[in-house]
Amino acid sequence: MHSVFGNHGKKIVVSSIAVSLLLLMSACSSSSTQSTAGLDPEADLTKQSLVISNWAAYNPPDLAASFQKALGAKMTITNHATNEEIMAKLTSGADSGIDVAFVSGQYAQALAAQGLLEPIDAALIPNLRNLYPEASNLSYDVGNKFSVPYTWGTTGICYRKDLTGFDPTSWNDLLNPAANVKGKTTMLATERWLMLPAQKLLGISANSTSASDMEKVKAQLIATKKTLLAYDDTTFYTRLVSGEASMVEAWDGWCNYGITDNKNIKFVIPKEGSDLWVDTMVILKTSKNKEAAHAFINYILDPTVNSWVISNVLYKTPDKAAMDLTAPKLGITYPNMLMTPAELLKGEGLTDLGASGPMYTKTATEVTSSK
Amino acid sequence: MTLSVRRRVSRDSGKRRDLLERIVLQGPGLLFITIFMAIPITLVAIYSIFQRGRFGGVVYKFTIENFSRAFDSVYLGILLDSLKIAGITTVLAIIVGYPTAYAIAKLPIKWRSIALVLVVIPFWTNFLIRTYSWIMLFNREGLLNHALLKFNIIHTPLDLLYTQSAVVVGLLYGYLPLMILPLYASIERLDPQLGEAAANLGATKVRAFFSLTLPLTASGLIAGSIFVFIPSLGNFIVPELLGGGKTVMVGNLIRDQFLKARDWPFGSVLALSVIALVFIFFMIQNVVEKRFSSDNNE
Amino acid sequence: MSKSLRKFKPLNVILGVTFAFLYIPIFTLIAMSFNGSHSPFIFKGFSFKWYSVLIHDAQVIHGLINTLIVATGSTVLSTVLGTMLAVGLHRYSKSAALNAFSLAPAIVPDIVLGIGLLALYALLSVSLGLYSVLFAHVVFSMAFVTAVVKARLANTDGDLREASMDLGATRTGTFIRITLPSIAPAILAGALLSFTLSLDEFVIAFFTNGPTTPTLPIVIYSMVRFGVTPEINALATLLMIVSVTTVIIAQRMTRQRAKVR
Repeated sequence: MHSVFGNHGKKIVVSSIAVSLLLLMSACSSSSTQSTAGLDPEADLTKQSLVISNWAAYNPPDLAASFQKALGAKMTITNHATNEEIMAKLTSGADSGIDVAFVSGQYAQALAAQGLLEPIDAALIPNLRNLYPEASNLSYDVGNKFSVPYTWGTTGICYRKDLTGFDPTSWNDLLNPAANVKGKTTMLATERWLMLPAQKLLGISANSTSASDMEKVKAQLIATKKTLLAYDDTTFYTRLVSGEASMVEAWDGWCNYGITDNKNIKFVIPKEGSDLWVDTMVILKTSKNKEAAHAFINYILDPTVNSWVISNVLYKTPDKAAMDLTAPKLGITYPNMLMTPAELLKGEGLTDLGASGPMYTKTATEVTSSK
Repeated sequence: MTLSVRRRVSRDSGKRRDLLERIVLQGPGLLFITIFMAIPITLVAIYSIFQRGRFGGVVYKFTIENFSRAFDSVYLGILLDSLKIAGITTVLAIIVGYPTAYAIAKLPIKWRSIALVLVVIPFWTNFLIRTYSWIMLFNREGLLNHALLKFNIIHTPLDLLYTQSAVVVGLLYGYLPLMILPLYASIERLDPQLGEAAANLGATKVRAFFSLTLPLTASGLIAGSIFVFIPSLGNFIVPELLGGGKTVMVGNLIRDQFLKARDWPFGSVLALSVIALVFIFFMIQNVVEKRFSSDNNE
Repeated sequence: MSKSLRKFKPLNVILGVTFAFLYIPIFTLIAMSFNGSHSPFIFKGFSFKWYSVLIHDAQVIHGLINTLIVATGSTVLSTVLGTMLAVGLHRYSKSAALNAFSLAPAIVPDIVLGIGLLALYALLSVSLGLYSVLFAHVVFSMAFVTAVVKARLANTDGDLREASMDLGATRTGTFIRITLPSIAPAILAGALLSFTLSLDEFVIAFFTNGPTTPTLPIVIYSMVRFGVTPEINALATLLMIVSVTTVIIAQRMTRQRAKVR
């Protein structure tokens, strides 16, 4: 990495200050031994420790303790609220200190493209055989080369039948709402999911990089904004429960949280279709505990551990063994838990947009700042 | 005779001692600021002339495209909006804060420190939680609407949130103490005899305020305005929560570039433009302050 | 006397309105912390359960400890550096440039500073943790301390120092026994300001903290993003009780010291 500082003298001063600071800081931070390339299946896991970054309440609360008991390695779990947050930390160039991160599929793809991920050594993860065959054929990472899926689902409309008076069937019901629903709708703020409903309604791919497509999407979303209560990524189901909103764009698992609190809440996938999103586990190349990281992923795919995820996070997972155990009973209260992989895969898998990323951000800005 | 010789000798070594003292006093602080502010800002400035990597990050190829992109009407519109919102917040803070600070300064001494502490205590709860408390109050399903509906004062809930006005109120609430404290500091230092003299010379209260009190408290007013305007300008939490994501300010914009688009170079350009604006604002403030203090010396 | 009493009334009304504005949300927060249900809007029965949840919440405790470490460290460093810088500037530099430079960290928007520091740490391959946040907090707190102390110095008498030196006292002796006491209130105010700012600072900490060492504002941010429960209210109430208690204790201590003198 070359720097472009003014004059040479300044550079020397800066470098010497930087060196002294670096010494100071490395003295203050803990260090672990450097591991060499080539993973050792017989590695002593008690000598390794893991830092995991995941969404809050997205894993069993005693995961760290039970993992250590089962496999010997210490674990610390830290939380991130959005994909973007964790991406910023992982791509900033600094060693984030994270060994395993939970990120959505298209972000895993971006990380891999930047060479930041450790390839998955399938030999160290025998529980991969628990996955549905479809789960090895996901568009952002075919063959699960650098990521392992954790949960998957789709996006749709979550609504209060008692407040709307009807069952929505189309994205149009959300984007151009009826009079009694106007001002009581929310949409997801994350740009990929912000665009999705309009893209599907207009018959455009969710991975489209065409500028003219974006213009059509933008026009629809600007019109929708005038009828919207708010853009909300995290508290949209609370709004349904309290009655502040009657129809929201939601991920299927999140809608289940609403259903838990209010049985009038229902979930529907609009007829124009939707996406397939996958939350995945990735191992960072900078990790010094790669064997433990693999062991962790294997642990997650164990049917008992995975069943906890299904029962408590109320998301579908690609772990067939666990789903067969747990989903049927849950499906009585939460119908979307009974979706088969075949149905899920009808949704369009989200992939990273590469150089077109900024175009989506600009369109999202134009939409959210429109008057 | 001997006294002046001793003076002269001690002045020479005094000059060297002065230099040493100057380095010891100023050195560490200035060094710290250089490393932890000047260099980071320089890095941000440097990123602005490079390109975004295909999947994010920075690629070290020179370009000025980031600057031309910044002149798009969308971004200029957001910048103007942010200036407007921060400006309104600051003006409201002055309107509310000045009388409050004045009132506190006129309290009996025993009550003054208590009042000041009371002003600061909300500041010691968390900014995020304080912002959320407004949502709890003014939500369509919130406490105010419930109360008003219960007592039949209204029949349909009021929609008070997720508007630009809600953002202004949220910012005002967050930063009002920062206006009151410096204002109080300069009002408290006013010599009460000046007010009496003005009254004795026949000035009306209004005249006395504008010609005497206001100019003398200008430094506090200006400090308070800076402490409210600048954080308001760069804030992204209040527009997101109280604005429902429907009001985009320049802080949201910058954060989006770094976190969502992973476009560090473009984000850096936007960040630089905010710094430039703040700098201009600061220069204006400097000029205004000099004018007021030169008025005082007359 | 009666004239000034009459002048008080409208001003006190304004004071009352402002305090109402500041405190109604706070009282609501406190009231809802005792809510039996988990909705932050609708009160369903009185309960202490959220306080129990809070105290057992390891994440929150962890965040609180981290924040206290950072705030204390940052206050000490920034007060020392800022005071020294203020004295140095007051005595030796009337140039606007250097003075502006010393105030710049307080004026740079926090999001820009946060990102710039992340870039710096990335460049130096520094692993992020509490220290990365601490040093970040020092740099802007310092600017506030410098401003407050300088303002006080501008109003104090420089002759005392000269007199002390003429009478044979050393520079350091004069500094400790003459200068410092005369600016002590400003130093205290600056330290208090530093502590307050660091305690609640979110944006810079967001960008510069390590994954295993979140500060309290960051813990709150992730809690609140997932859904607001009265646990947050309980936290806010406790934070306030602690701050009020600290201030009362500090007041008692300074009053005693004044009495002793």
